[in-house]
Amino acid sequence: MAIYLDFEKPLQELDKQIKKIKEVESTGVDITQTLKELTDKRKEQTKEIYNNLTAWQKVQVSRHPERPYTLSYINAITEGEFIELHGDRNVKDDKAMVGGFGMLDGKSVMFVGQQKGVNTKMRQYRNFGMPNPEGYRKALRLMKLAEKFNKPIVCFIDTPGAFPGLEAEERGQGEAIARNLYEMMNLTVPVINIIIGEGASGGALGIGIGDRVLMMENTWYSVISPESCSSILWRNWDHKQEAAECLKLTAKDMKKNKLIDGIIKEPLGGAHADPDAAFKKVKTAINKHLNELEELNADDRITQRIEKFSEMGVFAE
Amino acid sequence: MGWFTRKDKNIVTPTEEKKNTPGGLWHKTPSGVIVDKDDLESNAWVCHEDGYHFRVGSKEYFSIIFDDEKFTELDTDMESKDPLQFVDTKAYTDRVKASQEKTTLKDAVRTAYGKTSGKPIVVAAMDFSFIGGSMGSVVGEKIARAIDHAIKKKCGFMMISKSGGARMMEAGFSLMQMAKTSAKLTLLAKNKLPYISYLTDPTTGGVTASFAMLGDVNIAEPGALIGFAGPRVIKETIGKDLPEGFQTSEFLLEHGFLDFIVDRRELKDKLSLLLDLFSK
Repeated sequence: MAIYLDFEKPLQELDKQIKKIKEVESTGVDITQTLKELTDKRKEQTKEIYNNLTAWQKVQVSRHPERPYTLSYINAITEGEFIELHGDRNVKDDKAMVGGFGMLDGKSVMFVGQQKGVNTKMRQYRNFGMPNPEGYRKALRLMKLAEKFNKPIVCFIDTPGAFPGLEAEERGQGEAIARNLYEMMNLTVPVINIIIGEGASGGALGIGIGDRVLMMENTWYSVISPESCSSILWRNWDHKQEAAECLKLTAKDMKKNKLIDGIIKEPLGGAHADPDAAFKKVKTAINKHLNELEELNADDRITQRIEKFSEMGVFAE
Repeated sequence: MGWFTRKDKNIVTPTEEKKNTPGGLWHKTPSGVIVDKDDLESNAWVCHEDGYHFRVGSKEYFSIIFDDEKFTELDTDMESKDPLQFVDTKAYTDRVKASQEKTTLKDAVRTAYGKTSGKPIVVAAMDFSFIGGSMGSVVGEKIARAIDHAIKKKCGFMMISKSGGARMMEAGFSLMQMAKTSAKLTLLAKNKLPYISYLTDPTTGGVTASFAMLGDVNIAEPGALIGFAGPRVIKETIGKDLPEGFQTSEFLLEHGFLDFIVDRRELKDKLSLLLDLFSK
């Protein structure tokens, strides 16, 4: 059963009609013409909807339960030639953060990313993609491993935030994220960060420092979720649509404000509508940027990385 | 005629003879001790009796740290520009203006260069009174430039954090200030200059998750609230009351995230010794 978002109602209607028509086929009626008309109409309708998504609707797409998550991207891009590595060598293995070496067109790459669960049980297992400090420390351990063997790093970002828990505080959630920002700034290997779903605040930035920060078309990246923003500034959750607009959290706005380096187009109807096409687009982007980055030496990459983040901000004097 | 009937018509006391009672002469600590304002000032704004550290701002910290209260302030005119034209229940520009009028500050951090116990130092001190000490582009940029200045002057850098975290009204820009300040700290480190991070009440959110936790030495005022997530959010997440002393300086020291806690009255002497231990 496909899942439809509230603004996808027209598509649901069309899908119903298409299903009905297909049922008629068994009675021997020629449906070719009607079916073509309906599928064309569906395509047009999808275009119409997806070309005009509001900020809040994009937030909804970024959280679509059928949207592919980090491990799906890694497995597709490496065609299964991936070995997951576990643990931060300190406290435990954080299931909300995954990583390991994978083969990308015959070249070894370190992949790291937050992982959400695909069903109720797995969502709990993955802590809804909210890492604890050990998740960030595991990510850093793997990135340092990549640096040691001179392998590039690709980070997939998809998190509603770093976990706000009791143990997370005891084990230094703030320190873990801060340490990653600091260490990632000076990694000698190329680093690409791709927001594939939700990019919520420090929890996202904790694996978000790199030479190319890219956002997929229907994702969001900001300092706070629209819901939390609404609850703090408007003192209730009813203003999330407004908050989403205000925060300028879409890929387009983030690019316009020079806070990210590029946007990866999604297949029509979002990444969940055609995951294979999404994987392909992401893989193409990774290859393109890695090739560019490998032209530079480590010192230049680091200097450019530091300069890029140092230039972010708008102020008057 | 009642005793309360006024004998003379109108008030005749000239303005200059009016006996004003200025506000804020007395302060009260959470345990109920009443302290005189002048006593507080001469005691680094710490209560004599129970040691409670009153929340103070950049002005007070500069006067505590810099010799003879002499220093050169950096980037005094930098102010916010509202890059997102952010409007919630109030326009961001109005919030900034109101805060500027109320506090006479430009934004939530002031940075300065001067001497402490005869040694050069750059200090950045945050003001919680300015939109909760929140970090937007101005705070990030001023800290970044303060670090640049320390590198230029080949001296140590001290950050006095006091902030609710990143400033929502600058959204993505605020988030990236965490990256910017961390980037600059790596440059300070490459120049082998010490970074002393002093965490005061409160230090939370994006400030904790960036420069505040990155000191060569992390120190804190006693009893300060320090954490990543705020206590209310954690309580809602876990659905339980938080243990006593959770997210205090003492809690962080116990869990290994601070080097030591220092009473504000001893800050200058400790800082002096620290700087010597890094350089001599």
